[in-house]
Amino acid sequence: MGMLFFVACELMFFAALISAMFVVRGSAREWPPIDQPRLPLLTTAANTAILLTSGIMLWLASRALNSSASPTITSRWLRWSMWLGTLFVAIQGMEWVRLIKYGLTMQSSSYGSFFYLIIGAHAAHAVIALGLLAHVYHSFASGSLRLSRFWAAQVFWYFVVGLWPFLYVLVYVL
Amino acid sequence: MTSSSVHADAAPEADSHAHHAPQSFWSKYIFSVDHKIIGLQYTLTGIFMAVVGVYMSYVFRMHLANPAAHIPFYGVLSPAAYNSLVTNHGTIMIFWVAMPILLAGLGNYCIPLMIGCDDMVFPRVNRLSFQVFFLSTVLLLVGFMAPGGAFGGAWTSYPPLSAKVEYNLTPHGNVIWLLAVALEIVAFLLGGINFVTTAMNSRAKGMKMFDMPVLVWMIVIATIIFMMSVGPLVAGAVMLLLDQTLGTHFFAAQGGDPVLWQHLFWFFGHPEVYVLLLPELGVVCEIICVFSRKPLFGYKTIVYTTFMVGILSMIVWAHHQFIAGIDPRMASIFSLTTIIISIPVAVIMFAMIATLFKGSIEFKVPMLWAIGLIVEFLLGGVTGIYLGSSALDVYFHDTYFVVAHFHYTLIPLVAFGGFAIFTYYFPKVTGKMLDERLGRIHFWGSAIAFNFIFIPLFFSGLAGEHRRIYDYSGFAELTTPHMQSLRTMATHALLVMIAFQIPFVINVIKSLLKGAPAGANPWKANTLEWTADSPPPHGNWAELPEVYRGPYEYSVPGREQDYWPQNAAN
Repeated sequence: MGMLFFVACELMFFAALISAMFVVRGSAREWPPIDQPRLPLLTTAANTAILLTSGIMLWLASRALNSSASPTITSRWLRWSMWLGTLFVAIQGMEWVRLIKYGLTMQSSSYGSFFYLIIGAHAAHAVIALGLLAHVYHSFASGSLRLSRFWAAQVFWYFVVGLWPFLYVLVYVL
Repeated sequence: MTSSSVHADAAPEADSHAHHAPQSFWSKYIFSVDHKIIGLQYTLTGIFMAVVGVYMSYVFRMHLANPAAHIPFYGVLSPAAYNSLVTNHGTIMIFWVAMPILLAGLGNYCIPLMIGCDDMVFPRVNRLSFQVFFLSTVLLLVGFMAPGGAFGGAWTSYPPLSAKVEYNLTPHGNVIWLLAVALEIVAFLLGGINFVTTAMNSRAKGMKMFDMPVLVWMIVIATIIFMMSVGPLVAGAVMLLLDQTLGTHFFAAQGGDPVLWQHLFWFFGHPEVYVLLLPELGVVCEIICVFSRKPLFGYKTIVYTTFMVGILSMIVWAHHQFIAGIDPRMASIFSLTTIIISIPVAVIMFAMIATLFKGSIEFKVPMLWAIGLIVEFLLGGVTGIYLGSSALDVYFHDTYFVVAHFHYTLIPLVAFGGFAIFTYYFPKVTGKMLDERLGRIHFWGSAIAFNFIFIPLFFSGLAGEHRRIYDYSGFAELTTPHMQSLRTMATHALLVMIAFQIPFVINVIKSLLKGAPAGANPWKANTLEWTADSPPPHGNWAELPEVYRGPYEYSVPGREQDYWPQNAAN
């Protein structure tokens, strides 16, 4: 319950960032600016698929947890979900390094500023959510997991996963 | 990060209340997880900051009455210090006085007591909330010692003034200010999650949603408004911080958009007004029912209209920006929504007046403050209609008319409402009664002086006097003896109002030392907090109460007593 309210807050936060970007974009002459590199559409599409799969894995984990399936199945799905999430963040990081090499930085243009701000905010949330999942995984392994905690981590990870396709479309594609 | 602590704390605390081990001073009063202690911590910090904020207003009002003269207890005010005092007066009064006293202090103390549970759902998150808040308080005050001085770009912190050091000349002050505000908001988010979940999940046995006192409803709705509107402000604050420190261009005139900040800020800033208003209206509802011995008129109507206020408050923000170059067609829409929002607020006001109608009214001190609040707030609300009109606002914008208007809304809410809360709950919190005579002197002195501060400012604003000006000597039409006399009058009234706080201080000290014992229910009220001991022990009740009826069963025909506590079986 507390987590749901928190996620609603977070949604407003991202909505504000996105609408701020569109306000600035609306008054810009060209977007993205001519001298700025283009964003990697294909790699990120693949990465989107990775993140979504991770979300599905977590759903499978929660299903296994709620049914009478053996704990090894739950922890296997949980592990997969975390690995894929980590892979997503890692690929994003590599893309950032490439973009910075090509000259897209926070200071280079407001295009760059918004890109790093929005995607960076999402990445920070992803890292925190992965920390939560790791915590849940750890306490599940040691047998001290409380369902409310699992549920909270699950809601937060779904938020991170569910938000991403929108960010992909709004920031990368459009 | 917050999320982890939220749920991690949920379950184990519930059983820790079962045993009440003796506690040391530190664990009882400083690192307590008890909602009452946390509420008091918030309130006392708020009162301390109120003194700081009033001191600031004293300094700059003295300066405006006698420009460049030596001010007792301060010295000579420099232009830069004037700016930072005006800025921080606004910031402190809203974020460090109104919010902690009206929302955090009141909510923490009252919600669990009013809905009949032993503590908040997440007590340790609650403690964290106050600790973050305390840190933000220290950080804000540290800003005054930073090289270059405290931030002086007005509490609204508009870029590019706030974003570029070349303009604001406070290289450290602006960053510290922004961080302090951000931390403070994190604190209230943590607290707010607690308020809503507690009211939803922990009500006493038998208490349905519409058996909650209106005050709880109001705090919950205010919290929801706060949580829905604060995200954009955090987003704006992050962007402003990046502009200040990394040299990005979010709010730069070239490549960014300075008005964007105003949208993000006021998208939060206007709902914030209602966040402060609603808990106060709730308190007034409680007090006028108790002291007129009548059921609240239109309980459900009040709750539903409050939801309407909440929704409407999200779509009025641009009325702060009529002169910021926004599209006039958009301005008309926002004019309209602004005027529409006065309807549900008026409905609530009328419900209050209808509650008073034909009641057997006792003018105890809390009642005086509550009725004072209704009367003075109406003046503030009515002047808001002028400002809400986009055509008139072009003239009024940034004049002392605006200053007088929002002080006429905020001082009734924060000062009148704050004193109403204080005098109403003092017997519950301390177990001692306040002195009625000193209380009346305090009320009438402060209320009359308050009007003499701000009525002159309405007139000086109408005459075109701009706010946030250190030195009027460059404006011939504003330096006439008439204009100066208005300024002086406001300053003198402020001194009188400050002087009238002395009876209040005496009253509190005297009552704490040798006030009459209050007993559990000195006001003969129905709501659950009055069934606990005064002061309530850790865990509130030995056995949690069970609820049989709504909170406003006063003067029920056929009953011997004119009140009927919610937990009385018959």
